[in-house]
Amino acid sequence: MSRRVVVAMSGGVDSSVAAALLLEQGYDVVGLMLRLWAEPGGQANRCCTLDAMNDARRVAGQLNIPFYVRDYKEPFKQKVVAPFIAAYARGLTPNPCILCNRDIRFDRLLQEALSLGADYLATGHYARVQPGPDGSYHLLRGLDPHKDQSYVLYTLTQQRLSQILLPVGHHPKETIRRMAAERQLSVFNRPDSQDLCFLGQGDYRAFLQRHAPQVAQPGPIINRAGEQLGRHKGLAFYTIGQRKGLGLSAPQAMYVLRLDTATNSLVVGPAEQLGRQELTAHRVTYISGHSPAEPIQVRAKIRYRARPAGATLTPLPQARAHLAFAAPLRDITPGQSVVFYRGERVLGGGIIEKAANS
Amino acid sequence: MKEKSEIYLDYAASTPTDPQVVEAMLPYFNQSYGNASGLHKQARASARAIDQARQQVADILGCSPAELVFTACGTESDNIAIRGAAWAQKLAGKGHHLVTSPIEHHAVSHTINQLCRHFGFEQTVVPVDAHGLVDPAQVAEAIRPDTVLISIMYANNEVGTIQPVAEIGAVARARGVLFHTDAVQAAAYEPLDVKALNVDLLAVSGHKIYAPKGVGLLYVRQHTPLLPPLTGGSHENNRRPGTENVPYIVGLARAMQLVQSQREAEKERLSSMRKQLVEGVLANVPDSHLTGHPTQRLANNASFVFADCEADALLMHLDMAGIQAASGSSCTTGMPEPSHVLTAMGMPHKLALGALRLSLGRHTTSADIDTTLALLPAIVGNLRTLGI
Repeated sequence: MSRRVVVAMSGGVDSSVAAALLLEQGYDVVGLMLRLWAEPGGQANRCCTLDAMNDARRVAGQLNIPFYVRDYKEPFKQKVVAPFIAAYARGLTPNPCILCNRDIRFDRLLQEALSLGADYLATGHYARVQPGPDGSYHLLRGLDPHKDQSYVLYTLTQQRLSQILLPVGHHPKETIRRMAAERQLSVFNRPDSQDLCFLGQGDYRAFLQRHAPQVAQPGPIINRAGEQLGRHKGLAFYTIGQRKGLGLSAPQAMYVLRLDTATNSLVVGPAEQLGRQELTAHRVTYISGHSPAEPIQVRAKIRYRARPAGATLTPLPQARAHLAFAAPLRDITPGQSVVFYRGERVLGGGIIEKAANS
Repeated sequence: MKEKSEIYLDYAASTPTDPQVVEAMLPYFNQSYGNASGLHKQARASARAIDQARQQVADILGCSPAELVFTACGTESDNIAIRGAAWAQKLAGKGHHLVTSPIEHHAVSHTINQLCRHFGFEQTVVPVDAHGLVDPAQVAEAIRPDTVLISIMYANNEVGTIQPVAEIGAVARARGVLFHTDAVQAAAYEPLDVKALNVDLLAVSGHKIYAPKGVGLLYVRQHTPLLPPLTGGSHENNRRPGTENVPYIVGLARAMQLVQSQREAEKERLSSMRKQLVEGVLANVPDSHLTGHPTQRLANNASFVFADCEADALLMHLDMAGIQAASGSSCTTGMPEPSHVLTAMGMPHKLALGALRLSLGRHTTSADIDTTLALLPAIVGNLRTLGI
């Protein structure tokens, strides 16, 4: 009897090819698509528009696998959208994709897959799961450096890694597109998804204005000396390192240094004040399940699209960690995740609490 | 694929075409293929087949063949009936008020809603009770001097409740108002004698009665005003233009003969299995409730709600276990909204999200019921444990 795998399908090329590859490898494949929350009145969540759903259904039909749509609107709203808004209200810049993967895809959906008698849950992520010689699992970067999505998967545990298949992570994106075309999967030329899936119109700032007007409290823009330079529209609309849109007429370019929620002030300064060389992170987890016993050298990514930077990681009690970078970074942003790498391997990660200077 | 038995309990969504129906249809694909409007031999053969089919159906409905219109589906029949009768009477200055129920199929309710939203009609929606029954007295109360049409379904597609159609029809006739009924679900199990039912317009669909998809029927009582929504040739007594779909018309007539002649025996067989199914589910699934009327319901319909059990998850798990079912109308699958039928019956929102419709049919065996009863309680239990 073949092993059963539930593939989380999105109607996109990656998850479609994932399903096709697993089927070719002899798995008993079941396609499942999630309907996620989106702003009422606007378009559907970009992960699951009617078009995307029809695409996924058509691919499942081509592959002749069962296909189901599951409604996850409420849990998505509760576990992803609400914390997203709450984080902005606290002056943080959250990454909802990490929460979605931790609490929706690789939790609720994984449980549902297992309840369907599946041995595995597969997704179209560009990352790789590799069993080590000692029976433990490693999470590796996707083979395609431009598409690597391991950053958003750092919360995976050994238990979950043993139940996950990421077939497309072993190929470059171009190969995946070619495989889709070779198999005549109708989605081979669909564009890659962009931006936060649940935003109706405009960017996250417009979203917050619509759904959390309380985060749009105007306040002063000050420099480090406390001198007022202007007014801001609400701290949530600014992010560390931002230069544009401040509305300042200073002689030199000013950058956002810090969001001070205590005084509702936006602290700005010239570029040379921007760098931070240290950070502390909380909710730190490690792929191995174990915190290192002493400080180690890592490459760390402070944003999804950041370049990995050399750092010394010092584990702290209560699932915290301290990172000292070899050189200052301009945009260490509280609320974003910092993910630790060694070579191709993801070691773990956590959520940035604060940046500091040594 | 893992080996599993396949149990089909979604006959209310569609039925397999009866082999005798297929056999009756076959000659009209490539032996007799003429356009029935022509005057040559091939055309005559097609025209003869349609005449014969129309007579067969007329015999079942107890009407004149001229009162029958063949269509492409039940939805089209409902559309022609409602739009056609409403428009014709509005044009004649008779009024613009419609009376309907809140549990109609979308083929009826969306048609009426469009007439009201864009074409100047008004509607009164007569409530149903907790079993989904319409009270004829309330229909009578809803009638106004400008009421031109009452549309209330014969039997509900989700919960199977059979309406007192003849009584509603009597009310309508006494008040001089036209009465349309959607008999799509009832056609296989209930009598279709249009005189006894007091109806002016009655819609039937082929694929719910072991004919193929793509054919329907509309009964239009003599002298019923009707402005055809489709315009074209003079086919179907000037009521539904378009070249007649000869094989499907032949198939529909044959299917109606078969289901109506076997009706009583099949009803008895199915209701006894249905009884076993309902009793088994209610006894073995905690917090389960039968929806619809306890007795006045279609012989093949067993519909339930389960507390704390999301319908789509349940259907997925049942399918994986080889049991093919539906939550309500198959026309709305995938929408995580409670059914309008259950809502109209006063079902709490949360409970209505856990709806399951098991509809039996010709190939259902008591072994199927046993297997279903063996699997369903555990599946519901697992889903509740998972909290999905």
